[in-house]
Amino acid sequence: MSDNPYEALSGEGDARWAFGTGFTDPLAGVDTGVPDGVDGSDLATYCLMLGDDALIMSHRLQQWCTRAPELEEEVALANIALDLLGQARLLLARAGQSDGSGRDEDSLAFLRDAPEFRNVRLAEEANGDFARSMARLLVFAVWRLALLDRLAGSRDPVLSAVAAKGVKEVTYHRDYAAGWVVRLGDGTPYSRERMREGLEAVWPLVTELFTPHEVELRLAAAGVAVDPSELRAEFDAVLDQVLGAAGLARPRAVPGLGGRAGGGNARGRHGEHTAELDDVLAEMQTVPRALPGATW
Amino acid sequence: MVVAVTAAEETREFEEHFDRTIAREQRIEPRDWMPGGYRKTLIRQISQHAHSEIIGMQPEGEWITRAPSLRRKAILLAKVQDEAGHGLYLYSAAETLGADRDELTDMLIDGRQKYSSIFNYPTPTFADVGVIGWLVDGAAICNQVPLCRSSYGPYARAMIRICKEESFHQRQGYELLMTMTRGTTAQRAMVQDAVDRWWWPSLMMFGPPDDASPNSARSMAWKIKRHSNDELRQRFVDMTVPQAEALGVRLPDPDLRWNDERGHHDFGRPDWDELKRVISGDGPCNAERIAVRRAAHEDGAWVREAAAAHAAKQAERARGAVA
Repeated sequence: MSDNPYEALSGEGDARWAFGTGFTDPLAGVDTGVPDGVDGSDLATYCLMLGDDALIMSHRLQQWCTRAPELEEEVALANIALDLLGQARLLLARAGQSDGSGRDEDSLAFLRDAPEFRNVRLAEEANGDFARSMARLLVFAVWRLALLDRLAGSRDPVLSAVAAKGVKEVTYHRDYAAGWVVRLGDGTPYSRERMREGLEAVWPLVTELFTPHEVELRLAAAGVAVDPSELRAEFDAVLDQVLGAAGLARPRAVPGLGGRAGGGNARGRHGEHTAELDDVLAEMQTVPRALPGATW
Repeated sequence: MVVAVTAAEETREFEEHFDRTIAREQRIEPRDWMPGGYRKTLIRQISQHAHSEIIGMQPEGEWITRAPSLRRKAILLAKVQDEAGHGLYLYSAAETLGADRDELTDMLIDGRQKYSSIFNYPTPTFADVGVIGWLVDGAAICNQVPLCRSSYGPYARAMIRICKEESFHQRQGYELLMTMTRGTTAQRAMVQDAVDRWWWPSLMMFGPPDDASPNSARSMAWKIKRHSNDELRQRFVDMTVPQAEALGVRLPDPDLRWNDERGHHDFGRPDWDELKRVISGDGPCNAERIAVRRAAHEDGAWVREAAAAHAAKQAERARGAVA
């Protein structure tokens, strides 16, 4: 190998680099027209729902960086956060393109306020300890994998492509989280207690995942989206399998648990969020809002 | 045939074989005999390098959640993830010499082992992310490319992959700065401010001047190290000056100018007292860096214990199933 450290930086084009240095359109090569009979504004709202889920969940995982219990977990959690960030970018770009507003991924991520975010509240919850984070990731990944698996058959070519890519990624996320839920559930008496409490803490936010918003129902009827209520059986079966291996019981639904239980109301999908989302946005949006007109 | 040899003769034979291997530019591998000092020097150097990768995640990692575009966020997240990966390879290389990752981590958080002093400087703006990529990763590459020919095989091989990824990081940092210097006045000022703060600490990354570097001569004889600190520093300055011109930033050294006679740039003397202070623990962020690493390690102890307990139970169950 040459001793010239800069040789590798010049003259070989972008092909060998994982990201390249050019700005490429993430939707290049895919038919980006809005399918017949589909309302562009509904499609944009749906893309924001799934995109915001991924963006906010990715943010929570990014917060583990340099704080994970082991170096292998640093690598794995960053990997999952990167996958979800990639899904979010494609979905936000699709949203801005289909509602005709021409907003790009960054203006949607950085210049919307909390009530305009459409993510489920499960994604915005603070991390808590590692057990609680793994409980949340398991619930999120089991639900999202069931969703993406069906969405791969969407009539919208962009959603179909994003979902097909996402299925491979989220399959790993689900395995990773399930592995830790089993390890912590089966490990020591202390880890078992942490895991049990972690599951109980996220459980009140589960119902919301399966409660359809009217946009989801309209688009599902048009063959574009997935009705989330159809995912519950698969979710329950997978959760039972993982919890069985971990020696843990499924938490009981506790009605009326503060403001979070939420009953059947899909609050996040309607833009109703907890103060935890304000914390996420304050952190995430600080630089672009402080320096309007800057290019990054 | 049985050849009776004394222990001293046997050691001499091993030493001669080791010396011949080094002289022929061949690699020493984990099971080869090696002098105790060679092993000790390598463990020290590789573990410090591993610690530097892990501590080095922090200054930039602080900006992941605040990165100003989703593309920059993805790039930065991937970069910091690479650093965790580099730390893993390097701890593994140290383990081939008989070291133990847990012990090395304890030595880091107890302050018994060092890491690169550069990571004890703060990152107050997003321009720091670009300047770290350009100058700090650039200096690291200058230091590390020769290590790809280090005489110890596992270290040399780890460095090949690490250098490829570091080159990529440097390129990304430079590209961020290019974008920022073409942006608003405020962004250009941010970049210049970051260059002003990082230039001298980057020059210090090559270590003290040759006449004050006690371990260098032996490491060079063993071909663990290939070039002196001052040679590498000069190379870095010569490479960086035209890049600074292309960016349109000023390097904060009034003595920096091309010397036709030497065929190199002359440059000012870094503040070696500052380097000593930062190495001895008195830099702007030393305490914070170790505190974050310690907290992650201690807060994660119960998780690692649970994983070990689960693995032991699994093994027990597998034995039970066989019996």
